[in-house]
Amino acid sequence: MSSAKDQLAIEMVNVEKTFGQQRVLKGINLPVAKGETTVIVGGSGQGKSVILKHMLGLMKPSSGEVRVFGRDLARMKKQELYEVRKDYGVLFQNVALFDSMTVFDNVALPLRERTKKSQAEIARIVEEKLALMALEGAAGKYPAQISGGMQKRVGLARALALEPKIVFFDEPTTGLDVHKSNEIYRLFHATQQQLKYTAVIVSHDVPKIFKLADSVALMAGGEIQGCMSPEDFQRSDNPLIRQFVEVTMGPIYTNDKEEAVSRETV
Amino acid sequence: MTFATPFKKLGDQSLFFFEAVGRAGIFLLVCLISMLKPPYKLHPIIRQLYFIGSRSGFVILFTGLFTGMVLGLQGYYPLAKFGSEGLLGSAVALSLIRELGPVLTALMVIGRAGSAICAGIGIMRNSEQIDALECMAIDPIKYLLAPKFVASILSLPLLTFIFDIIGIIGGFLVGVALFGVNQGTYFQGMYSSVQWIDIEMGIVKSLVFGLLIVWIASAKGYFLHLERSGGFGAEGVSRTTTDAVVISSVSVLIWDYLITALMI
Repeated sequence: MSSAKDQLAIEMVNVEKTFGQQRVLKGINLPVAKGETTVIVGGSGQGKSVILKHMLGLMKPSSGEVRVFGRDLARMKKQELYEVRKDYGVLFQNVALFDSMTVFDNVALPLRERTKKSQAEIARIVEEKLALMALEGAAGKYPAQISGGMQKRVGLARALALEPKIVFFDEPTTGLDVHKSNEIYRLFHATQQQLKYTAVIVSHDVPKIFKLADSVALMAGGEIQGCMSPEDFQRSDNPLIRQFVEVTMGPIYTNDKEEAVSRETV
Repeated sequence: MTFATPFKKLGDQSLFFFEAVGRAGIFLLVCLISMLKPPYKLHPIIRQLYFIGSRSGFVILFTGLFTGMVLGLQGYYPLAKFGSEGLLGSAVALSLIRELGPVLTALMVIGRAGSAICAGIGIMRNSEQIDALECMAIDPIKYLLAPKFVASILSLPLLTFIFDIIGIIGGFLVGVALFGVNQGTYFQGMYSSVQWIDIEMGIVKSLVFGLLIVWIASAKGYFLHLERSGGFGAEGVSRTTTDAVVISSVSVLIWDYLITALMI
């Protein structure tokens, strides 16, 4: 049992969150395994980003626990929370680049503020990260001067600057065309292979995102509807998951029971 | 329902008000602590000194000069009526050092730097840049606000000195050069009437104003998302910036009265 717990990077236990009268999270239980990719899918406004904000410690749960490497975020002091976040990398939905800094400075900021590395060493790391994202020419530009896809790549370079243990992606491909999305997925895959980080992705880019996922969780009605492998997810008989899969992917996959029924009728 | 509604509204509003005041108070404390806590980074403080202090130099010179000149103009005629134009120097210097210097400097800095601080922080809050800093384990208060606090508290007294001196020169230009008041009398009157307590009052006022300006501007921007109206988008930022300018201007005048009453 304890060894199973050790394999978890993040564990949400009975997390509830209310805003005024509105209950957004109604008891979330979600394990995120170390070194794996967990994808949270669901319609807009279901509270996917709220879950992410709880994992980041930007929101505190009304009740329940958010354990990161076994420690509860909600009961931490600010300084301890910063310690935990040193292992984090985040790609925000709107990227949240520092718009009055150049691309180079954006990626360099975590290195300058959080490490004691020399300027030369920082420059080397930044250039390496930018090269990895095919952004060599953009170092001197400001975020407003580059395209949306490039901004996402800068965001990814910044998130990975300190080689984090857990990386969070809030809708990493929203607003990008198919080629740009594929590029982001390719970079994600390549960097995860290289850095072996745990990834939490919030997305509604179904079914493409299933190819990257080790486990998929559906957020609906303020609860997590199953957290399982993409194959199981698509064959699940949970009505909410079935509805989601059919709406987003069409009735491509059927489960054994249904196949049995259809065989009988034929 | 209809009977209770106004009371509920009143309660809601008072709760909101006290919550905001309490939040701003705690915020001030946190900012001051993180300002005093090491590590100290010189470079960001110098950048903020340049922006809040140095860049305000021109507007301070301009307002200071004209304030001094108008004091010379307004002071000369009534004093000349009683044949005491020799007092012009001390009248100009005292009103500048005790009142007009600190207050007008503060109002100018509010217009220039206070509004910019509030809008800048507000936009960073709105576009999740502050959250991004938090997630990178960079304390936004230490990183963004502490240098602004140091710079504002240091800048205000220095700008006030400049304002006072240029104002006294303005009074000199009108009184001595234009109306022919004796040059020696102008400065002798000043020398004999300005006490250390007057200068002290000017310094205390400008230090307090420096803190007030940066506190109100950054608190309004930092808590933009908790504004009653939601503080969304461009309109949210502009409304909050206006609020910050109005609140800090009024606070400066109220504190001006309080400090004068305490120190006089």
